[in-house]
Amino acid sequence: MKVTKEDIQNVAGLSRLAIPDTETDVYIAQLGGFLEYVENLKEIDTEGVAPTTYALPMQNVFREDVVKPSLDREAALSNAPMKEDGYFKVPRVLEE
Amino acid sequence: MTLWNKPAHELHDLLVKKEISATELTQDVLARMDAVEGKVKAFLTITKEQALEQAKAVDEKIAAGENISFLAGIPGAVKDNICTKGVRTTCASKILENFVPPYDASVVTKLQKEFPVLVGKANLDEFAMGGSTENSGFYPTHNPWNTECVPGGSSGGSAAAVASGSAIFALGSDTGGSIRQPASFCGVVGMKPTYGRVSRYGLVAYASSLDQIGPITRDVTDCANVLNVIAGHDDMDSTSSFAEVPDYTKSLVQDVKGLKIGLPKEYFVDGMDQDVEKAVRNAIEQLKSLGAEIVEVSLPHTKYAISTYYLIAPAEAATNLERYDGISYGERIDGADVVELMTNTRSKLFGEEVKRRIMIGNYALSAGYYDAYYLKALKVRTLIQKDYTDAFEKVDVIAAPTAPTPAYKIGEMISDPLKMYLQDICTVPLNLAGLPGISVPCGYSQKHMPIGLQLIGKPLDEATLIRTAYTYEQSQSFHKEMAELGGAEA
Repeated sequence: MKVTKEDIQNVAGLSRLAIPDTETDVYIAQLGGFLEYVENLKEIDTEGVAPTTYALPMQNVFREDVVKPSLDREAALSNAPMKEDGYFKVPRVLEE
Repeated sequence: MTLWNKPAHELHDLLVKKEISATELTQDVLARMDAVEGKVKAFLTITKEQALEQAKAVDEKIAAGENISFLAGIPGAVKDNICTKGVRTTCASKILENFVPPYDASVVTKLQKEFPVLVGKANLDEFAMGGSTENSGFYPTHNPWNTECVPGGSSGGSAAAVASGSAIFALGSDTGGSIRQPASFCGVVGMKPTYGRVSRYGLVAYASSLDQIGPITRDVTDCANVLNVIAGHDDMDSTSSFAEVPDYTKSLVQDVKGLKIGLPKEYFVDGMDQDVEKAVRNAIEQLKSLGAEIVEVSLPHTKYAISTYYLIAPAEAATNLERYDGISYGERIDGADVVELMTNTRSKLFGEEVKRRIMIGNYALSAGYYDAYYLKALKVRTLIQKDYTDAFEKVDVIAAPTAPTPAYKIGEMISDPLKMYLQDICTVPLNLAGLPGISVPCGYSQKHMPIGLQLIGKPLDEATLIRTAYTYEQSQSFHKEMAELGGAEA
């Protein structure tokens, strides 16, 4: 499948990555080459095969609903680039 | 007495007999680190002072007549994608350059109870994405056997530290071969346990259904002992196995009589290095002469493993790495609004390979392509797993190369990502199937670069892997040779 400039910009947007125009061709070539390689999966008949998301048989794991100590607020905020009054600080999200 | 070149079990005996102190041992390893680190660059953070304090505490225990555990006083390194409270954990990414975890990973908590001496945090490919440690956001690590070569990856720093003598043991993580392949390239022992055997809590997630922490050590005896410490259920990891953990040191016996070892023809791939093929086949012959029965097996979907892995792992990575948004932790590069802030932060601080995998992952997950790529890969994953289930009805262990080549030159592959991905053919199928695997040294190439034999086990059967690897190891002496720090740059 041919990868277009629009595909690259669309996926970059979803990924919150800015791909400058000068690098688009590299991404088109690399993603295109990769998609060509993974075409080999189409050779396999997977009709009726269940997908595997985890290799070992696992079900929902529950625990007792009891309160346990957790990370305190100061520790949780200790790596925040900006914080104020015990909160993470971000640029304005809503328009005035 | 030179101490940095000995395995942990010998050092433990010397500590118990009071022939050495933990402080002497730590100083010897730190001196070795000073001598070699400039060439090897295995570490991103070195914790010298903390190490000497830990050593002193162990010496006080010994002086007080307390019994000490196996790892007490033994200098070790932790891959820098495993959280260490109060010690910078970068994942070799600029985006986490100053991240200091407020908590320990469960494996670190378990380790600390044994009082080891932690000398530093080991380099890796950024977020464990890569097979050469060239993708580190800071600097590449060099192979101690030839410093012009890569140490493998992504746990290249961990393997190079153990191989060069600046740590006696290390923890790595393995998503598609990231413990086994660098162990193979650096001539040390590396094990990826069964998925779920070791808690992933505090391991910075790359691909959550594939990631697993494991030991990198000088020999199989040390591997069994470190695995004893880190294995077992953890409430903090919902994918952690409830299965009982045996004492792996009980498997340190030389006995493969009657053991059925499968030889999968699909792992001896076209274009495989001839020295590797020869060394691995010799090792299998050796196991046969020790009493094992060699049985041909077929794993017919192996040729689809790279496609499957490189759709699933980037899809999980794209999702996991959404958290690096410049808001709650990590570095931030400002923008006019929140979206621009996130985009600036991610674009400027993620490296090329990380961006490439996020792009592949989000492409495979995006509307219109999900079924054709991601869902298809999950179905093929089922078939790859079934190949093993079928093979393990006939055999106890499967033997194969760990990697199709020995370590290659730094820079040789970096410009061709797909070629680099194809190198992972012998290791990724195990992660897809959740199986345990171990790489043990089994010889050298003509240029004297180490080669690894990979042994693959049934789910949760690390014990048989350790027994097989130990029996092979004790029948030759490859594990006793230390890297010489050769190469033009040395």
